[in-house]
Amino acid sequence: MSILAYIESKNKKPKKNSFEVVSYAKELSKKLSTELIVLTINIDNHSNLEKYGPNKIISVNDIALNNFDAKTYADVVSQVATKFSISHIVLGGGVDSKYMAPMLSVKLDAGYLSNVVELPSNVEPFTVKRTSFSNKSFCDASILSDNKIISLASNSFSTIENPSNPEIIDFQVKASNSNIKQNSIDLVQGKVTIADADVVVSAGRGLKGPENWSIIEDLAETLGAATACSKPVSDLGWRPHSEHVGQTGKPVSTNLYIAIGISGAIQHLAGVSSSKVKVVINSDPEAPFFKAADYGVVGDAFEVVPELNEKIKAFKAENN
Amino acid sequence: MMNILVCISCVPDTTSKINFTENDTEFDTNGVQFVINPNDEFGLTRAMWFKEQNDANVDVINVGEQENESVLRKALAIGADRAFRINKKASDSFQVAKLIANHIEGAQYDLIIAGRESIDYNGSMVPGMISELLNINFITNCVKLEINGQTVVADREIEGGIETLSCKLPIIIGGQKGLVEESDLKIPNMRGIMQSRQKPLEVVEPPEIQTKTTTNKFYKPEEKNEIKMVDSNDLDTLIDLLHNEAKVI
Repeated sequence: MSILAYIESKNKKPKKNSFEVVSYAKELSKKLSTELIVLTINIDNHSNLEKYGPNKIISVNDIALNNFDAKTYADVVSQVATKFSISHIVLGGGVDSKYMAPMLSVKLDAGYLSNVVELPSNVEPFTVKRTSFSNKSFCDASILSDNKIISLASNSFSTIENPSNPEIIDFQVKASNSNIKQNSIDLVQGKVTIADADVVVSAGRGLKGPENWSIIEDLAETLGAATACSKPVSDLGWRPHSEHVGQTGKPVSTNLYIAIGISGAIQHLAGVSSSKVKVVINSDPEAPFFKAADYGVVGDAFEVVPELNEKIKAFKAENN
Repeated sequence: MMNILVCISCVPDTTSKINFTENDTEFDTNGVQFVINPNDEFGLTRAMWFKEQNDANVDVINVGEQENESVLRKALAIGADRAFRINKKASDSFQVAKLIANHIEGAQYDLIIAGRESIDYNGSMVPGMISELLNINFITNCVKLEINGQTVVADREIEGGIETLSCKLPIIIGGQKGLVEESDLKIPNMRGIMQSRQKPLEVVEPPEIQTKTTTNKFYKPEEKNEIKMVDSNDLDTLIDLLHNEAKVI
């Protein structure tokens, strides 16, 4: 009975949320008085992970695993889980892990809970708090089966340093062939993604048209932020669907969310409710978003946003 | 002729206020309108397009109690041919996946479409579990789907971009917006509504399935602190608050 944390990689390095996942799993392993094993696939350097306390790192390296394939990866994680007598698997909330997890749960006959936000409040039955109703509420849920899988909601758990000197185990797997072929991959270059961003600058119909988005992009660039938008804006085709934030779009759990010209429909508020600090800039003082935000500015976006951008630039120049 | 199954979850309308009852152990349905889960609705319209282009049989399925039948009738009014309701209150994703998988095994579908997640329990589990139970191909977060003969080409939304995948039928899809646009969503017309009353809606009594998880208690988010307003002529104060108080820049 051990804990396995599987972390995603990008360009042979752990993805940003990996350290949260390992920190959570370490705390869990303390609670259950067992060891923590971290599984990496095609990661060169494990030194960053060692800061967060794994007892062992299982390092799988196989060129057949260069492209993520959910079924093949589920098979690999399942082989490792069986070999190392794993009872609990902890995953991050990335799209690849959430693609793989339900397949893995059937393979291992494990109960699976997603969007977990806290350490278990109870070990028997294993009970965790998770988000529900698209971030409009939380719930306590329990896993009844012997094998257990959880995936964490993004940005819900802080990293906790806990340096260790783990044993590194090179592990050979039999990567099964997938029936699904990757034809191509098209990544937006040079932009921060919503999943990776600490800050998100988001805008709505208050911007009046897609041609006015440069002020949003400029502010985002200054802050190293991702850009996002409201549902009407993506429905109108002003911005791509991938930027749509809300109940039927993406949830955003970032440290700072700046909403510009977004009135704050209940579906949008649900999507951003787990972001830590929310700033609203809107010309309408009655906009419902003001009731759900931490800081508010009533004003014309076309005046406030460029000025704010210049001031933040000056602030950053002074403070770096 | 392609045989399609669309899996439908009945969820509170997206504008619903979320409240709980029975000591916060049950969702309060009082005054709540139930609708086709939005991620499933994109899939249903996509299925209708396959039917219009190439002729297809479109079935819809829901695991739930009798009150869900109005939502299934709506799917029939939109153009689905047959509806199946597995008569069981859904309480666990594995249970739902297993019950739908049982139905699929007896039916030979080429294409199964579910939503990437339901907007109530947000599990993101059912289609992936079905795929593993039946060993059929699975693509989720699907924003574009084309089928030519036996070949499927699908776009999957990933962090920071799009991945284009291909495989053979049969397949199960986790759909979302992009599969069709919001403005493309089919709305029942009067003729569809009339016809839906004559279409078959079969109630299936399920076997007992061992559940693997339970949901015990709900919480509403904590109340937010009072907002701090900053004058638009004093943005330095906003920067100061974000830096010194919130510590986010």
